[in-house]
Amino acid sequence: MMANLLEHMGMEKDRVQFSWISSAEATKFATVAREVAQSVEALGPNTKFVKGSD
Amino acid sequence: MESYIEQIRTLAVDLLKSGKVDVVIGYRRGSVPMATVPFMARTPEQAKQLTWDSHCTLNLANYLTNRQEKIGIIAKGCDSRNIVNHIVENKINRDQLHIIGVPCKGMVNPKELQTLLDDEIISCAETGSTLTIASSQAEIKIEREDHLRNNCSLCTHRNPVIYDDLVGEAVEEPVLDDPFKDVNAIEAMDADEKWNYFDDLLDGCIRCYACRNACPLCYCPTCFVDESDPQWVGKGQNDTDIKTFHFLRAFHCAGRCTDCGACEAACPMDIHVRAFTRKLIKDSKELFGWEAGMDISKRPPLDTFAPDDPNDFIK
Repeated sequence: MMANLLEHMGMEKDRVQFSWISSAEATKFATVAREVAQSVEALGPNTKFVKGSD
Repeated sequence: MESYIEQIRTLAVDLLKSGKVDVVIGYRRGSVPMATVPFMARTPEQAKQLTWDSHCTLNLANYLTNRQEKIGIIAKGCDSRNIVNHIVENKINRDQLHIIGVPCKGMVNPKELQTLLDDEIISCAETGSTLTIASSQAEIKIEREDHLRNNCSLCTHRNPVIYDDLVGEAVEEPVLDDPFKDVNAIEAMDADEKWNYFDDLLDGCIRCYACRNACPLCYCPTCFVDESDPQWVGKGQNDTDIKTFHFLRAFHCAGRCTDCGACEAACPMDIHVRAFTRKLIKDSKELFGWEAGMDISKRPPLDTFAPDDPNDFIK
């Protein structure tokens, strides 16, 4: 619901992501981290909820 | 309305006289037209000041938090749902309360009424469903149903969900075709439009925290915005800080907000604060089939775990 509210307020959907990764799941961690980085890079620098950008 | 007032006063006087309660929390007339103020009647004499009209906009459950004495409380639909919240969240005991339920037909929006007349409204009288508002220059009659507060016009729980005495007859609950039209309209915007919508919405915010103080859900001993160690959010008029305050305050109400509209009634800048909580109300209903404050035996969805909780957002 928090992600939904953030999206409702205008944060891009992929900017905030949630995942559940066990300490034993190194490969999953690497994959998810790569995916997150990629999707955030695609969105470009964040200007929302950043002080001094408004 | 007049019969409501008589019944409320009689019940309150009886409760105080018999010693069943130490105080009756209700409304009395405000010092300006179209306003009531929360009132704690401690003697049968004081109970005669209790009133009821179309301007009982604040939520009385706000005054129950952590009280120790026996309390009689006047409750319309939304107040009663917030009383349930308070009981569920251990902020008051059911045994301490004698709830005087009042079926509600919605409260009017005084700011809207003011726009109907050029000069300041100096009196507002009520007969049945008709309001007579007057300035020093003019007098008009209006139907109260046409000028309800936005949350009241969207309300589907007008009757108290929990009570010991009911004043008058239960009223018919409205059925709405599209209860979340306002939320859907925002959802249809793209990210930047949404951001700008909330930017404009909060433009007038002076961070007086009236919305928080009027809210029965906001009972933390120290609110996150007042905390200075650690300081979670800046205390000035910075746009990001203002938005952070409203975002987090709203989220603290997730699955708990009853859309009582006390926040908007208290806002001196006329900000549509409910734009945040409305989304949470919609999500609670769609994701968890939940409406806040309906059942004393159930905890709010974000307070519990169920194996079938929606978890599509987790990758």
